[in-house]
Amino acid sequence: MQIINEEKIFADKIDEEIKIEPKDWMPDQYRKTLIRQISQHAHSEIVGMLPEANWITRAPTLRRKATLIAKVQDEAGHGLYLYSAAETLNISRDEMLKQLHSGKAKYSSIFNYPTLTWADMGAIGWLVDGAAIMNQVPLCRCSYGPYARAMIRICKEESFHQRQGFEILLTLSKGSKAQKQMAQDAINRWWWPSIMMFGPNDDASPHSKQSMEWKIKRFSNDELRQKFIDVCAEQVKILGLVLPDEKLKWNEETKHYDFGEINWEEFRNVVNGNGPCNKERLEARVKAHEDGAWVRDAAAAYSEKRKSREQKAVA
Amino acid sequence: MNALIDYTLHLADNALILGHRNSEWTGHGPILEQDIAISNIALDLIGQARNFYQYAARLINDSTLQGAKAPSPGGEGVGGEATEDTLAYLRDVKDFKNCLLVEQTNGDWAKTILRQFFFSAYQFYLYQHLQHSKDETLAAIAEKSLKEVTYHLRWSSEWVVRLGDGTEESNSRIKKAVDDLWVYTDELFEAASFELLATNEGIAVDLSLIKNNWLKKITDIFDEATLRFPSREGQAVRWNGKDGKHSEHLGYILAEMQFLQRAYPNNYW
Repeated sequence: MQIINEEKIFADKIDEEIKIEPKDWMPDQYRKTLIRQISQHAHSEIVGMLPEANWITRAPTLRRKATLIAKVQDEAGHGLYLYSAAETLNISRDEMLKQLHSGKAKYSSIFNYPTLTWADMGAIGWLVDGAAIMNQVPLCRCSYGPYARAMIRICKEESFHQRQGFEILLTLSKGSKAQKQMAQDAINRWWWPSIMMFGPNDDASPHSKQSMEWKIKRFSNDELRQKFIDVCAEQVKILGLVLPDEKLKWNEETKHYDFGEINWEEFRNVVNGNGPCNKERLEARVKAHEDGAWVRDAAAAYSEKRKSREQKAVA
Repeated sequence: MNALIDYTLHLADNALILGHRNSEWTGHGPILEQDIAISNIALDLIGQARNFYQYAARLINDSTLQGAKAPSPGGEGVGGEATEDTLAYLRDVKDFKNCLLVEQTNGDWAKTILRQFFFSAYQFYLYQHLQHSKDETLAAIAEKSLKEVTYHLRWSSEWVVRLGDGTEESNSRIKKAVDDLWVYTDELFEAASFELLATNEGIAVDLSLIKNNWLKKITDIFDEATLRFPSREGQAVRWNGKDGKHSEHLGYILAEMQFLQRAYPNNYW
């Protein structure tokens, strides 16, 4: 009887757009779905620091260097908010990190591509952060309160990052021939992986339907992807560059851009660990964690010592 | 004028090179919160460097207008005006005036922490005096930066204590860091010729005024951290970074940092 009531209260809240909070009853599967999604999202922020950190020491001007450090630092901050949001669902950060390091938990596949030139910092900002925002803005209205609130903060910063990325590309596109080529090459490499960020087509997306019902998700993968493509197809004109898709064409009937076939085999390969940098990214995270073990131990030991000294002093 | 330019570049180079070193940690820190902290310090230092470089560039451009030959402007053979970026990206090792301490490799967290602690303590007392410099711009930059440095000093002091009085392993690691880095601390207080000149003009800080404060700060924190000073005997002779005689590390820092500006010269980024 009790359970039935709780299920009804939960369902009513979802219907009435009242946020679910950590202490509220929730179906087990709702909790699991959120843990999976939020921790994946947190891991993506942390792994996502690596491809950009790769260019901090080579940023071409002091202003660009400072901005890039600040950006990567923001991503660490997002990771923190998200780990905290996931912790409200009764899982510890340690446990989540274990899942990341063992390969059990996933992170966004986009970060398994290498950053080869400075223009990649622009392309990541414009396309990868752009796609992330498209995905994330609806999450600000997600039914789970702590996640929705974390996303509001994150989205504000992400849109700033996206503008910065676009501005990097714009500067390159107005520069020398070599700079323009560098920008086009980066767009060529990042475009398709970016539109894969929205996930499989709707008919091949196993978790989507339930997540929509629970109002964790508000729009389908294909809807968001189409919206993103429509926006980028216009913005790329400002850069005087092109998106690497011969089939990209405005469709007067649908009022959307038509686009070419996505290489889903590549997508599955990268998701399953066989992308260009999967191994390097995970190794870098594991190494940072393992190299940091003695530091965390020292901090914990010192804090224990201090506590016991204080207790003795009081006694 | 030349002494002021050199002194400003020296302050800028110190901040830039340590900021650059710290930024190598971004994404690789021992724990997320500390990854953020060390990146934040990197950002502060690069921000300070930019203020100093912008001022140096102005001084160089003004003195070039007046027909004087400015020392190490935007690199030999580089036309046009000096900017913060020509100064950071187009000078070679021999023109950089940073202390050897800041260019040393990151090593483990203990070495990074100790390098930061030695330097932040130095910068803390230096800026306290520099904010009263006769040169108003340097004084203003010092005053503005002092808040940041106060935090860097507190943060790094706390970590020195934590590591010194933490576990056996952390204690032995920070001891090794002390052995490795102590030798570079003398240079902080040995005035280069441009510092002496600038000090006589009331612009630069008289280093003898801050040495004792620095030593006392180090002693206090070392006491709390159960650390001791290493013996001076048998320590290698070090060159002087302020005069452009660096360790081999700086060349690699610059090769990496300056890559784009060197490979694609005269472009706007």
